[in-house]
Amino acid sequence: MSKKVLETKSIEKYFNDPIRVKVLESINFSVDRGEFVSITGKSGCGKSTLLYILSTMDTDYEGSLYLDNQLTTGKKDNELSIIRNEKIGFVFQFHYLLNEFSVLKNVMLPALKLAKKSPEEIESDAITQLKMLGMDSKALKNANQLSGGEKQRVAIARALINNPLIIMGDEPTGNLDNKNSEIVFEIFQELSKTNHQTLLIVTHDQEFAACTDRQLVMEDGRLV
Amino acid sequence: MKITSVNAQIAISLMQARWQQTMVAAVGVTFSITMFITLLGFMNGLNEMLDGLILNRTAHVRLFNDLQANKAQPLTLGMDTLQSHAFIQSVKATQVRRDIYNSGQILAYLKNNKEVLGVSPRLNAQILYNSGTIDITGVLNGIDANAESALFHFTDYISGGDARDLTTVPNAVILGKGVANLLQAEVGDVIQVTTSTGNRLSLKVVAFFQSGIADYDKVQSFVALETVQKLLGVSGGYMSDIQIKLNDLNNAPAFAREISSIFKVNAEDIQTANAQFETGSFIRSLISYVVGITLLIVAGFGIYNILNMLIYEKLDSIAILKATGFSGSDVRYIFMFIALSIGFLGGLAGLGFGYIMLRIIDEVPFTTAALPTITTYPISYNPAFFFIGILFSIATTFFAGFFPARKASTVDPVIIIRGK
Repeated sequence: MSKKVLETKSIEKYFNDPIRVKVLESINFSVDRGEFVSITGKSGCGKSTLLYILSTMDTDYEGSLYLDNQLTTGKKDNELSIIRNEKIGFVFQFHYLLNEFSVLKNVMLPALKLAKKSPEEIESDAITQLKMLGMDSKALKNANQLSGGEKQRVAIARALINNPLIIMGDEPTGNLDNKNSEIVFEIFQELSKTNHQTLLIVTHDQEFAACTDRQLVMEDGRLV
Repeated sequence: MKITSVNAQIAISLMQARWQQTMVAAVGVTFSITMFITLLGFMNGLNEMLDGLILNRTAHVRLFNDLQANKAQPLTLGMDTLQSHAFIQSVKATQVRRDIYNSGQILAYLKNNKEVLGVSPRLNAQILYNSGTIDITGVLNGIDANAESALFHFTDYISGGDARDLTTVPNAVILGKGVANLLQAEVGDVIQVTTSTGNRLSLKVVAFFQSGIADYDKVQSFVALETVQKLLGVSGGYMSDIQIKLNDLNNAPAFAREISSIFKVNAEDIQTANAQFETGSFIRSLISYVVGITLLIVAGFGIYNILNMLIYEKLDSIAILKATGFSGSDVRYIFMFIALSIGFLGGLAGLGFGYIMLRIIDEVPFTTAALPTITTYPISYNPAFFFIGILFSIATTFFAGFFPARKASTVDPVIIIRGK
């Protein structure tokens, strides 16, 4: 039995402003546990739009979305945020760390919200994650004191803190130079191989996509 | 203090990151609450003093015998058969007793009544103060000095001596300040008075009385009840007034009716006698509340603006919080926490500063010839003002924070993240 982490059934999406435009057309695909999947496509083909639907943040679509074999379509805002908190880790193109907090606290926040462990346990988990990404020496610095590549590594650590079912990335290397892109990519591969972490990464970097287990290509709102 | 809630921790970090704006907002609340407390304390201090001028000295119920024209006129006795109006009145009010019937029995009844705080009998006598060749008309109030002091703050209006001397020194008098000035009398002097019936009496001045109402002080003097009885040549039970103070002022009208019907005596309650004072106090309080609340509303707009700005600045943070699993209600909690912290801490500081302001005003000299015992501005430290102050500050910040917080909770993370 294949373990489907994520499955979509004929997802369609329209933009209504200024005129009704179909941006996604009958998207049907699934991601199995442990897979490293990339979605590529030209700018404006709808790949980011699809990712936001998959991440449950965008609820304005037609069709149905299953996460961990559970239907998430039509759930309430509060239930969805619990699902996001527990099952999904995010890495964005821009780092999106909270500048008010230290690096360590940034990593800890989603776990503190989940509140399944004591703050002490969460702190030691966060340090473990940062150590794995070579960021433990910066743990007590403020988020805005880091370089771009460092911020992205912290964001990955944050995405991992709740042991999510799947990590989603929206152009995680899009804003980084080559060296840092490589570092981030290596981290993803490492996660995929050693931890069997499921990953779904949207990118326009062909090199990056070529090295993933499965490559989905989008064109004009369809999977090709 | 250990804050365990994640949302509260985030709220506190946001406030620390923007501590200057947070301070400005809190100072706004502090200022309004300070002014609110100061205004109310000062206004009510004045209110209490002004009311006290009359109300403290006024009995809740006063029993007396009123002089009335004789009701039984010869013509009215036959009116039933005449079927017409009578305009001739000839029988004058005569033989009317000035003293209260059964005064001993009434006093005994009142002393056993649970509603009554205390009673003080009085007997007034019209007299002339003799000053050389001039006679000055006046009134001698025969009082029970101890009861008057206990019930009507009599000692507050005494200067130059001790009110208790009335009971210990024979033929002692407390002269009205106005009268004393006219007679050029000092404490220890002896003055002469003459009654309307021609009796003369020498009285020893033991103190002065100053009510703050000049016309009153020019006429009134106080002696022991027994002295007036002696002057008028009447027995020990003779009294023209019984002043009653009740435990609850509001029962006065009902109590007056009850006494009046039992003892067939005129009874006047304080509400009927002094209706205008409550109106004045009410208007003054109302003005202070309106000014205080206006200040708070202005502070509320300040908080509203600052929160709106904070939310606009922190849209990215809100988006990321939502993306990592914080729900809309978590975000609303965070911003309400900020608003209410500003309200509570700002309000608390306001209470402190307000109290300090009141203490300062309380020390400012305020002397008026009308009020011998008052040397500084009157201040009321009613705990209710402080309670209302903190309640208002929290309520205002709640409403000021409510709409920005709701706006923050509905931020769509997709729009923010895509917009980059």
